[in-house]
Amino acid sequence: MDVVDVSRWQFGITTVYHFIFVPLTIGLAPLVAVMQTVWVLTDNVAWYRLTKFFGKLFLINFALGVATGIVQEFQFGMNWSEYSRFVGDVFGAPLAMEGLAAFFFESTFIGLWIFGWGRLPRAVHLLCIWIVAIATNVSAFFIIAANSFMQHPVGAHFNPETNRAELDSIMALFTNNTARAALSHAVAGAFLTAGTFVAAVGAWWMVRSRAGVAAGGGGAQAAGVDAATMYRPATILGCWVALIAAAGLFFTGDIQGKLMFVQQPMKMASAESLCDTATDPDFSILTVGRQNNCDHLTRVIEVPYVLPFLAEGRFSGVSLEGVRDIQQRYEQQFGPGDYRPNLFVTYWSFRAMIGLLLVPVAFALAALWLTRRDRIPKQRWFSWLALLTIPTPFLANSAGWVFTEMGRQPWVVVPNPTGDQNVRLTVAEGVSGNSVGMVVTSLVMFTLVYAVLAVIWFWLIRRYVAEGPLEHDAEPAPPAPPADDEVAPLSFAY
Amino acid sequence: MDLHQVWFVLVAVLFLGFFVLEGFDFGVGMLMTPFGRVSAGDPEAHRRAALNTIGPVWDGNEVWLITAGGAMFAAFPGWYATVFSTLYLPLLAILFGMIVRAVAIEWRGKVDDPKWRAWADFGIAAGSWLPAILWGVAFAALVRGLPVDAEHHVRLAFGDVINAYTLLGGLATGGLFLFYGAVFTALKTAGAIRDDAHRFAGRLALPVTALVAAFGVWSQVAHGAGWTWLVLGLALIAQLAAVLLVWRRASDGWAFACTALVVAAVVVLLFGALYPALLPSTLDPQWSLTIYNASSTPYTLKIMTWAAVIFAPLAMVYQGWTYWVFRQRISAEQIPPSIGLARQAS
Repeated sequence: MDVVDVSRWQFGITTVYHFIFVPLTIGLAPLVAVMQTVWVLTDNVAWYRLTKFFGKLFLINFALGVATGIVQEFQFGMNWSEYSRFVGDVFGAPLAMEGLAAFFFESTFIGLWIFGWGRLPRAVHLLCIWIVAIATNVSAFFIIAANSFMQHPVGAHFNPETNRAELDSIMALFTNNTARAALSHAVAGAFLTAGTFVAAVGAWWMVRSRAGVAAGGGGAQAAGVDAATMYRPATILGCWVALIAAAGLFFTGDIQGKLMFVQQPMKMASAESLCDTATDPDFSILTVGRQNNCDHLTRVIEVPYVLPFLAEGRFSGVSLEGVRDIQQRYEQQFGPGDYRPNLFVTYWSFRAMIGLLLVPVAFALAALWLTRRDRIPKQRWFSWLALLTIPTPFLANSAGWVFTEMGRQPWVVVPNPTGDQNVRLTVAEGVSGNSVGMVVTSLVMFTLVYAVLAVIWFWLIRRYVAEGPLEHDAEPAPPAPPADDEVAPLSFAY
Repeated sequence: MDLHQVWFVLVAVLFLGFFVLEGFDFGVGMLMTPFGRVSAGDPEAHRRAALNTIGPVWDGNEVWLITAGGAMFAAFPGWYATVFSTLYLPLLAILFGMIVRAVAIEWRGKVDDPKWRAWADFGIAAGSWLPAILWGVAFAALVRGLPVDAEHHVRLAFGDVINAYTLLGGLATGGLFLFYGAVFTALKTAGAIRDDAHRFAGRLALPVTALVAAFGVWSQVAHGAGWTWLVLGLALIAQLAAVLLVWRRASDGWAFACTALVVAAVVVLLFGALYPALLPSTLDPQWSLTIYNASSTPYTLKIMTWAAVIFAPLAMVYQGWTYWVFRQRISAEQIPPSIGLARQAS
């Protein structure tokens, strides 16, 4: 392995890892804000307890998202310094603005929210979580605007004197059609993740509480009330969020796909393992290959009409370029080289992303059906299905990003077919001149530290989910700020 | 003043904000275990009292670094690329420190178990000591210069990063943040822990003053500009004032303000010593990275200036408000019982 491969592995591992936690943060912050809003408006203690319960899970998750996020910003310079030099004039601005216009808000107001219970007036405290919720989404905007420049560079030209891409228009960068589609798609994915999480945790507790009622004994009465007043509403809220998000994912994914057929034909041809140019090619459901290249593919199951629709919204009369032909065209255009992404990964990550999306949809429909007209389900299989559903949106998010990032290989900045052809860079050109040993060292360390933290994260989330809303959360905090003593009585402390 | 100079100042301001705010966070993290060890009373309550002085604000303080990094990338991509790829290993260690520290702070109270807390305390201590020292080493290495070639690439030798000057820099920032953390804790707490903080600060005062003075004078003599003599003078006067205030236990607020001024002055001194270079070349001064040859285009600098002018003061306002909301002192006696779960479900 050379330094390009090792650096790519490190960036891939740290980024996929970071983006396990981020979608839950982006989606769960607004949901917790909604829960707290319902409590503030209705004074219904059930929603206060839900806010505290999911708020705690949110914070466990938030910590790891923040901790791993700072690595992302540093890595461009550490491992991809030639890339940073090449695109810095364009790419640095959204990253810096993310800090200024989003992350400052997020990190400051999260502290106010955590420690502000019983200290800030209710409305102000509520405003804090809303600011966090909005800021996490604004954060996503800046990061995806930056990423979309790698997918589809706009608003910039190549300056031969400085030998780099230079920004012409920040508005063009921010209104990049790829960015708009990718942002809405990623945010919908985040809401799917959080909606599913809330629905599944709620459903698991709903069944469990009801089982507790059936078993009788102390607290059974309360458990039955909780199932109706807390867990069922939470489940329904989560289900609707997940379903709307899923619809949004199909819609935005379709827009993004159509853009990508034009902007990155190689990525889409690989995703379909479409090796030769064809008119109205069939959509592949299963293709097997032995050596991960076009010469050893067997297309096993195919369906007609789907692919032309995905590409252009028509069912026939669509000609799509195949991998071999695009490779030839690129060689003529950009010189000799291998312009094909990893066929196996591109093909399967695309299918995994879509396939995994269907699981939470099925779960949400089942949950809505089982909770119809005040029903509280007691089926054990349903509570297990709920738990098994939780990981699927996380995996779908990862698969989507693996697809979109590995599908653009070997480019780190994919040339824009209708833009300045010189605004382009391959990963091999973008990497830092680090020694392989040094990057292997950091790769191993990141993998080990991250693995340990992931185990702790999972254990904590599991432990807190299993414990459920705690008794001492049942009393709403006093809404008035404390007296102006010199020493503060704390309502919350680490 | 042209936009290149404006952005040099802005990056300096962002790092200044980071060190002035996160400096005491590091210090509190470094002192948390000692606070638990010496006080009369429940050591755990003392550790928690110390931790909760920074609890609501540490995350917001860290954003100054993230924004400083982003500003380096946006305004001086050549500088960002060269420095970050060259100082790979120190930055890696800083990153690991800050990762472990962040999760340790946030997760410490989640489980009510002594062993769990011991691990978290280790994470907080390691994650505070490492960056506190390594930032000093890294900045000293930048001020001293690196073997930058004509293409702005660096072939790094061990001695470029680790030498007497950079080690002194690391000790100076590490010591200064330790002292700063003690002074901050004295300002933010009441009761036995405050007495401990006073005692720690009093004991640290002389050695820290010696380290800061030695590093400041060396930086000034070897790399400083004419006007930075004033900054060095200000740093030393503020440091002496802080020491006197700490010894007399006269005013926690003024002692804190003076120490914050020392931190700020050291940052200004280091950036002043760099200017107009961003990274001096030890091979040939012609090859140095400067605010002109490593910068973004005027257009990008202009856009970024607007963003900074709007959002940075706003951030200062609401961060300031956070400090106002949590202005009261904390005492070990008033720390509520841990709400963490037992390790095993009951």
